[in-house]
This record gives sequence, structure tokens and C-alpha cells, in this order.
Amino acid sequence: MDLFEHQAKELFAEYGIPVPRGIVAHTVEEARAAAEELTGRVVVKAQVKTGGRGKAGGVKVADDAADAEQKATQILGMDIKGHTVHKVLIEEASAIAEEYYFSFLLDRANRTFLAICSAAGGMDIEEVAHSAPEKVAKVPVSPLDGVDRAKAREIAVAGGLPEVALDGAAELIEKLWAAFVDEDASLVEVNPMILSADGQVKALDGKVTLDDNATFRQADHSVFEDKAAEDPLEAAAKAKDLNYVKLDGSVGIIGNGAGLVMSTLDVVAYAGEAFPGQPKPANFLDIGGGASAEVMAAGLEIIISDPAVKSIFVNVFGGITACDAVANGIVSAFQLLEGRGEAVSRPLVVRLDGNNAELGRKILADASLKGVELVDTMDDAAKRAAELAAVGA
Amino acid sequence: MAIWLTENSKIIVQGMTGGEGTKHTRRMLASGARVVGGVNARKAGTTHEGLPVFGTVKEAIEQTGADVSVVFVPPAFTKDAVKEAIDAEIPLCVVITEGVPVHDTTEFWAYAVAKGNKTRIIGPNCPGIASPGASNAGIIPADITTAGRIGLVSKSGTLTYQLMYELRDFGFSTAVGIGGDPVIGTTHIDALQAFQDDPATDAIVMIGEIGGDAEERAAAYIEQHVTKPVVAYVAGFTAPEGKTMGHAGAIVSGSAGTAQAKKEALEKVGVRVGKTPSETARLMREVMQSR
Repeated sequence: MDLFEHQAKELFAEYGIPVPRGIVAHTVEEARAAAEELTGRVVVKAQVKTGGRGKAGGVKVADDAADAEQKATQILGMDIKGHTVHKVLIEEASAIAEEYYFSFLLDRANRTFLAICSAAGGMDIEEVAHSAPEKVAKVPVSPLDGVDRAKAREIAVAGGLPEVALDGAAELIEKLWAAFVDEDASLVEVNPMILSADGQVKALDGKVTLDDNATFRQADHSVFEDKAAEDPLEAAAKAKDLNYVKLDGSVGIIGNGAGLVMSTLDVVAYAGEAFPGQPKPANFLDIGGGASAEVMAAGLEIIISDPAVKSIFVNVFGGITACDAVANGIVSAFQLLEGRGEAVSRPLVVRLDGNNAELGRKILADASLKGVELVDTMDDAAKRAAELAAVGA
Repeated sequence: MAIWLTENSKIIVQGMTGGEGTKHTRRMLASGARVVGGVNARKAGTTHEGLPVFGTVKEAIEQTGADVSVVFVPPAFTKDAVKEAIDAEIPLCVVITEGVPVHDTTEFWAYAVAKGNKTRIIGPNCPGIASPGASNAGIIPADITTAGRIGLVSKSGTLTYQLMYELRDFGFSTAVGIGGDPVIGTTHIDALQAFQDDPATDAIVMIGEIGGDAEERAAAYIEQHVTKPVVAYVAGFTAPEGKTMGHAGAIVSGSAGTAQAKKEALEKVGVRVGKTPSETARLMREVMQSR
């Protein structure tokens, strides 16, 4: 889960990391009130979970409360790379002497953590890393050793930070490491980390990604969830404990196993290229390797509640759960949904392969469920599902 | 012959007495794997599924001569279970558990390295490793394929099964599911190297997916070190940027980690990449028939 800037800074503040005073505003009126409370010059910052806010005009300085109100009017409701701005952070303006870059992140390739530090902060760090790699220090950090004050200082020195900023930076970095570990983050980024005119090192921006796998020991992270922005179908799927991602096509997809479902999306998209309107997958939905009847029913329920879905492709490989059990699961799922008055009204293509595939197909054929077609191979089934979506469109 | 897991492998199950552990211990036994015991500190001295339960991995090794551990313990306890296996210096530790926090995986990996890498870790969040006809450590359904001379390494469980099934007439030396998490023990490269050195493997299927750059690094390795034919498949061409697709590691970040980049990197070094799993199976079929 990615956090908004204001959430990241609230988290930083809990760890004693200096951040500018700020207030979140959802409306123009709130923005004005916040600026009045902060007094003086403020910065109005769009709260969206994407980069390049500044370039898109989502960050503006305001001289006073009236100006902040006007700037908030411009920014609230703005679209930044497909993200609508629903809230702004009103923050006291900082007198910046210098801007640096700092982050801790997961280095997948080397299976360790990495500290990235540079005196050339504030701009696109990827560009700096590309054009002047010597200006960006990348220091591996072992989870067994961690980061104490001395290590933090060593990283700041490697990043080329000036003497005057070293003490403050080392303190900030050490605290940021504590936040990174204790909060189960896979990224904490401060860009820019500034040296203020009065000699203080502060986090002027914050980006944090939290590990969803750690939810079981980070119960308080649920406050960061952005329920308003969640797709209603994704929210409904999540409530049923389903692994679902909404996409923008018209072929509903159900499969077992993340890799197989990803592959199914690709195969449907290729197949769709041959048909009018080029049907695409409407979603990612993994019902897990086991593919039980209850989960199948829950999955079908989500898919049929998506009005964009014109056809459905159920793609199951019977491994741990053999195909006859999967077929029985589909039959019970249909009965379950019919019993609830939510009959599956769109054509459904089923491909069963693997253990007891013949038996599974026979069970489905004998059940003669309305609108259900059996196709033997994944490629042909994808074609048929795409064709049905094109006809139904 | 096979890689890492043979008919002589003696397997213990950490978390054998839990639901998943029980179910899959039964399946492993049914497939002919030599499961010799389980580990659960609270149930030491009892038997489960007709097998002895030991208090520690070390004790289980001493009593049974086990050289493989399969881990089914819940995510909250996985780190400690794997560190225990590392301390006991078991040669192979297969971590099936899904949902392990990445800080925990990174920590037990660093621990394994610090202890001199005496334990090969596969996973977490993986289906395990199977050498058809010889042994099976994990949850790969043994009966979908046969023994043969193809090696397979994959980030995905069900895609592994799909390919094993489609190519069941040729059969497999070993299939390794390395898992879909951002940090994993055994990598594509480790498996490629082992298959290259394995006299019982003639050709290799490699299955990748979006996220990270493991496939790109594997391509560079293949160019330098692998002379056996490699056929590949990459899943996730249609995955939207910034969304995690089921596996914790399957995410396209900006322009990094895309399926297209992985496919291009592999094709550039002469690896044939199938457009669909079935086409990948066809490509491997051609390789095996031309031998």
C-alpha cells in the first residue's frame, strides 16, 4: 500500500523526524482555515499517489489565506496522471538552503536493503542517477546490521552532503530506518530532504510504501486505507477475501493461481485482437490453487455484478484440486447464485485441464448449465470468450 | 538424476501438524516421497500421519538423517522456522508459506548468507520442487506428469502445472517453483546453472512474470553460461502499472518490470519465448523432437 504524502509525514513525525507543520484540507474553505491557522506563506500540495505533481501544477505557494484559498480552488479536482485530487496538504513554507535526496528501499535483485543518498535532490533523481551516477550513493544495508547513527552519517557522507548538514541528516536517517523496519515498509523516500536556512534538516516530502503481507502485525495500518478511491468492485472482492483487480475490458476472468490468471489475461487480449471492438479482459481474479465451490461462487458473484462484463472465461487447471471437484464447484456455484436470485445471465466459457479433466468436463456437460460452453484448450477458450464478448457488446 | 531433490532425499515437514501441513504430507507420501517426520515444538514425541514429530529441526535431522525440510508454518512464524532450519544446516529448505512479510524474508536470507549458505532456500510463496518418479517436496501435484529430461523453473505454481501437464509425454527431470515474492531464496539463475550441469536434463523451460528484473538477469546468464536449449514464457503483458497481480512481487513500476522488456531480453540471447503457455509447450516439443 502506498501512502499519501500527508500520511507519510504523520508517520515520520511519530518517529521524531522533523517535518513542516501541515494541515489536510478537503475543501476550499478548509484550505483557507488551515492557512489562517498556520499564518504566513504556505504551500498548497495536491495529495495524489503519483509522481510529477509539481510539473503538473499540483504544488503552489500561497502568500496568505486568501491566496491559499484561490490556489486550492485550482488544485482540488485537478487530474494528475489519472488521479483526481480530492485533498490538499496546506503546509508552512520552508526557507530552503539546500535540497538533498534520501531513501531506504528493498533491493530485489540483491535481496537486501539499499540506502540511496544524494546531495543533488529535489529534482528527478532517476535522471541524476542516469546522467551523473557518481552523484548518487547507493549503500547496501543488511537487515542483520541495521542503521545506527554512525552508519547513517557514513551514508550521508557517501551521498556528498556538506559538513553543515551531516549531524541533522544522520539523525533523520537513523530515525527513518527505525520507521522503515518497525512499519514494515518496502520504501521510505524523502525528496527533498532539505537543509533549512536556519540549519535544520527536514523531510519536505515523503513517500512510503507499506508491505501488505505484514498487515497481520500492523493492525494500525488500516487507518491509511483510501476507501474513497477504491473501486467498488475491488472493495467488494476484498471483503470476500478475493484476489481481484478491476481492468477496463469486457471479458470477465476467473482462474486459479496468480501466474495462470495473469497469463489468461494476456491470452484473452491476444485473442480479442481478431474480433470487432477488440474485447479485452475485464478483471484479474485468482480464486487460488484450491478452487473450491464457495470461492468459485463468490468470484462469479463479483464478476456478474460488473456491468462491463459481456462474457466470462473460467480457466482452471486441476492440480491439487482435481477437475471433477472444480466442475462440481461450478455447478454448485450456479445453484448457489440462482438460489439468491443472481443467476449468471452472460455466456460463460469454461476450460478445464489437468487431473480428471475428462470427468470434470462430463460433469459440466451433464449439468447442461444455461449459457455454459466447454472448450478444451486455453487458447481456443480465450478466442471463444473474446468472440462472445464482441457479439454481446 | 535430477537437481537438488532425488529418490534418496529424506524430507521433514515444519508445520506438519497444521491443516496444510497434514494435507500435503499425505500427498507427498502418496506420491512416493520419503517423508520421515515433522517438527512442532509443542507436539514433540507424538506421531502424526504415522510419522514421528520432533521438537526441533536439529533433532529431526539427528534422528532421521533428513536432508530436506518443507515449511508450512503460518507467515508470522516463518522467519523463525527458516532460521532454525539454517542453524541446523539442512541442505535444502523449501518454504511454501504465502504472505511472509518481505522484511522477514530479507532477514532470513541475510542470515543464510551470514551462515555460509549451507542451506539452499526455495521460496517463500512457492509450490516447491518435484523430481517426477523420484521425490516431491511441496505441493506440486505429482501425478500430472512423468519422469523425463526437461528441467523447469518458474515463478508461478499453476503455470508450472500447466506446462508439466502439456509436456507429460516427454516428462521432467526436476521442476522448481521458485515463488512469486519480491525476495526469494533460489533464483532462475541458480536453477539454470543446476540444469546446465545436470546430465539428466536436456532442455529447460523457464517461466517468468512481471516485476523486478530476474528474467533480464537470467537472460544475461543464459547468454554466458547455458548451452542447453531454453524455452521461456512470461506472464503479465496486459497487467496495468502499479497494481499487484496476485503475487506480492508481480507489479510493474513505471517502465520497469514489464513483460515486454523481459521477453525482449530473453529473445535477444536466443531464447524462444512462447506467446501463450500452450505455444511455449509446442516450442519445447519441437526442441525435444529435434534431438
